[in-house]
Amino acid sequence: MKSWLRQHRQAMAAAFGKITAQKSAAALNALVIGIALALPAGGYALLASLRVATAGAALEPQLSVFLRVEATRAEADALGAKFKADSRIREVRFVPREQALRELRTIEGLGEVVAALGNNPLPDAFVLRPKSADPEVLETLASSVRALPAVALVQANSAWARRLGALAGTARLAIALLAVLLAFGLVAITFNTIRLQILTQRAEIEIAKLIGATDAFIQRPFLYLGALQGLAGGLVALAILWGSLSALNVGVAELAASYGSGFRLASLTPGDALALVVFSGVLSWFGSFLSVSKYLLEIEPI
Amino acid sequence: MISFSAVAKRYPGGQEALKRVSFSIEQGEFAFIAGHSGAGKSTLLKLIPAIERPSSGAVLVNGQNVGALKRAALPYLRRNLGLVFQDQKLLYDRSVFDNVMLPLAFGEFDSREAGRRVRAALEKVGLLAREKANPVQLSGGEQQRLAIARAVVNRPAVLIADEPTANLDASSAIEVLEIFAAFNQVGVTVLVATHDEALIKRFAGRILRLAKGSIVE
Repeated sequence: MKSWLRQHRQAMAAAFGKITAQKSAAALNALVIGIALALPAGGYALLASLRVATAGAALEPQLSVFLRVEATRAEADALGAKFKADSRIREVRFVPREQALRELRTIEGLGEVVAALGNNPLPDAFVLRPKSADPEVLETLASSVRALPAVALVQANSAWARRLGALAGTARLAIALLAVLLAFGLVAITFNTIRLQILTQRAEIEIAKLIGATDAFIQRPFLYLGALQGLAGGLVALAILWGSLSALNVGVAELAASYGSGFRLASLTPGDALALVVFSGVLSWFGSFLSVSKYLLEIEPI
Repeated sequence: MISFSAVAKRYPGGQEALKRVSFSIEQGEFAFIAGHSGAGKSTLLKLIPAIERPSSGAVLVNGQNVGALKRAALPYLRRNLGLVFQDQKLLYDRSVFDNVMLPLAFGEFDSREAGRRVRAALEKVGLLAREKANPVQLSGGEQQRLAIARAVVNRPAVLIADEPTANLDASSAIEVLEIFAAFNQVGVTVLVATHDEALIKRFAGRILRLAKGSIVE
């Protein structure tokens, strides 16, 4: 047990030694891995930010119910009571025609148009929030409301919500595909760097085999080297991500402020960041494992 | 200790390096494998640590058929054999001390005990004062002595040397052989392949003479 620990310590030291002996090569490798990982990680962070921004309003389905213009306030009140009693509806908001006109007037450029109108052309309206987000439930609710005599028009925004959801799903899928591809790339990168490392140390490996080193002993420093390179690459990816998001946020903050919003692109959560670094380390270890299994066996003393 | 029975070795391509060679070497013996280059001396020596495997026949080391050993068992066989090569196979990116340390890295010694053993081995070959030097700074004879120190640091029962004096001048060659003789004095079985007849005459040892892949004497 003690000698096993000592051997691992030695292998780790040997791997660190190789890195310090070839600082620039090691830095380049970490950079390549970092850039490869920063792409999907950045996409993931952007998507997560957008989901936070749109979660409140957009994805929650609403029904906008417009009454006929000639409908009386009494009819509207009766309808309101009916909606409130409906178990499928969670929240009912009444928008009287006067309020709608006031809101219209505050929109820039429309004030004069509204003033030019003699009387209020707008109907009373309800905004309904159903309990269920299921498109089918929403559709039956909409058609039953549409059948009411005082109702002129029912608009469900579920279609838009569905489209946005589908778009987000597609983006997630694209990022997942990118991540899978780049994971393969990462394994290939470490496979190749470890292969080169093995070839440059051919003489040493040959001698080690001659004087009775086991395969495991010879492999260990290369596996540590691969894993360390992956961990360094993961950290580089985090740095790239953090730098890019900080740069982007300058513009985003300005844009958001013009909409009166405090929205910012968020970086990865600590858990996600840790997962990224560990994932990178494990994949690089795997790449070096494949390389070592293939090339170390081929080197035999002659 | 080491015994060959009807060992033949044919390389891919048809060249027959050894033809039904049989002999055995007892523990504590000092034996020369003599013969011209191309006689099969290197091939014979390579069969003992299973660097090559026989085409037919059996090579036994301590009763173990090394030609049939699994790959995973080879390191443990080789740790018990001290190997010295014509090209010393030293590592020039580390010091004399670290070169000798190599075989101990995968042993059970802690670093203090390992360091003690390395210095003991260097002292036996007369290189203790050069432990911090790089092997390139050593003369040819010193490099060969360094290779011997690395071969004996694990205190193997057998020392096998393939043309250890081929690149050395006469006096360095004698020094190297004297070191082998000293190890033989303390019970190590020594097997030296050489084409240098003058050297063989100088040292009292058993002679196995090879010619064209067969033992002729």
